Amino acid sequence: MSTAPPPAAPDPAAPWPGPFIRYDLVKELVIALGVVTLLTLVLTILFTSPDDPPVTIQSWSRAAPRDFVTTSLSELAGTSEIAEYGPPYNHTPEATQKIGPLDLQSAAGVRIPIDTARDFVLEPLRSVPGQPHLQLAIRAYETAPPKLREAWIAAYEAALERARFPGATIALPTGRYGPVAPMMTALLGLAQSGGLDGDLLANEHTFYQTNYTKPLLFLSGGEYFEERAEGQHLLGTQWGMMNETGSYPGQVWLWLYTVWYQIEPFLESPNADALIFVLMGVLSLAFVCIPFIPGLRDLPRHLRLYRAVWRDHYREVEGDPG
Amino acid sequence: MWTTLVRERAVSSLPPEKLLPDRQPSYVSSWIYVFGVATIAALIVVVISGMILGLGGPTWWHTTSLGRFFNGIHLWGVEIFFFAMVVHLWGKFFMGAWRGGRGRTWVTGATTFLIAIGAAFTGYLSQQNFDSQWIASEGKDGLNSVGIGAFFNVANFGQMYTFHVILLPVAVMALVVWHVLLVRRHGVVPPYPAKSSLGPGPASPPGEGSAP
Repeated sequence: MSTAPPPAAPDPAAPWPGPFIRYDLVKELVIALGVVTLLTLVLTILFTSPDDPPVTIQSWSRAAPRDFVTTSLSELAGTSEIAEYGPPYNHTPEATQKIGPLDLQSAAGVRIPIDTARDFVLEPLRSVPGQPHLQLAIRAYETAPPKLREAWIAAYEAALERARFPGATIALPTGRYGPVAPMMTALLGLAQSGGLDGDLLANEHTFYQTNYTKPLLFLSGGEYFEERAEGQHLLGTQWGMMNETGSYPGQVWLWLYTVWYQIEPFLESPNADALIFVLMGVLSLAFVCIPFIPGLRDLPRHLRLYRAVWRDHYREVEGDPG
Repeated sequence: MWTTLVRERAVSSLPPEKLLPDRQPSYVSSWIYVFGVATIAALIVVVISGMILGLGGPTWWHTTSLGRFFNGIHLWGVEIFFFAMVVHLWGKFFMGAWRGGRGRTWVTGATTFLIAIGAAFTGYLSQQNFDSQWIASEGKDGLNSVGIGAFFNVANFGQMYTFHVILLPVAVMALVVWHVLLVRRHGVVPPYPAKSSLGPGPASPPGEGSAP
């Protein structure tokens, strides 16, 4: 071991000329591994991990049939959030978020095409076997003039407030709903049977499925989904990005990302997602590049918190408590 | 032979006494130094528990108590990993750990933190429970708004699972290895100059700033 005194102003680019202490890096890692393993074991035994069951179209349509039918109607009418989302799902004009004049959302294009009326309502209904009247209703709907379709949907939507849902049917006051009524009844029945979950996931060309885009986008249009998230304090307004279901810690490291969503000008901005993403990108780049940013790289020297870390060293070279 | 050159270069850059030294400078005597190795220890726990979870497949932990147990280990390992890494990063920031040609050491460490956030995010998406559904339905908006969602679809479980179990962990582990080798090569950054060594002028201490 060196007996040379520690230098008061060591050159960080040069080998350390002062004294050394014994240090076993392997031993340090083994001890750390043991402690961390023990800590994870204790935490697992005490708290385990959360596993709130997923929402399915079936569970949604059974628990909240009115919400399911209301959402389905908006998907059929093309007025839902997803129907009017824009890229990457569809070409809705003026729907994208922009960063000044930059429209990256449009630039990426429609790469995951979703036609909510076709994908969420009409195609699943077409797959229902043994119901010729339903197939006639679908054909009547598709061949009807747009204004007539809108009138049927508007009448149905207005009547939904007074609807009852005995069993897998929909009891409505008498009205001019056209084919929309049998279509919605059939869709509710399909959903409550679990068939719609499979239809939205299925692809006629493949057997195995791993892509849940369609059922997830459909689910996310309903109030039931959001109310359940609110109950688990997962909404954006509840700082949900860093929360987990139950009382478990979630992605706490996203605290800065979610802070921006709580304050102006992002709080009310229609471009909040894009602006915050770019802001976090710039901040992340700055974080990585701290050693090369004048001023920022000198900050620790001015803050002097390093004196707490190296207090023994300063005590020795300065001869005071530091 | 070029292989000889590679071997000689590797040994000269990282001789055994640098790679696994039996001593450290006297200033390496603070609890803050524990958090770097604690981060690596937590990463080992996370990787091993993740591999065990992978053996049973993505739905195993929902249906068996053993799977649920290892999911708990995985979850708490991740929480400890991020806690230790954040403390380590703050500590290194306040120590100006990039001084003396250690810029790349900071860059690899900070990049590891960012990639690890992506690895954790895809892990949350791969849980196959309500939390995954909600994170996907909310996360898609941020990614779609800048065009990334068209290529990185958070509702595509197959894509997210692949990112979580292979692509991002490999990136994190490769960066951690690189980071540790850089630490061993350049050594632990020494303290800033003491009060007694600084003159009256606005002199910058030796080695301030950094080149990679």
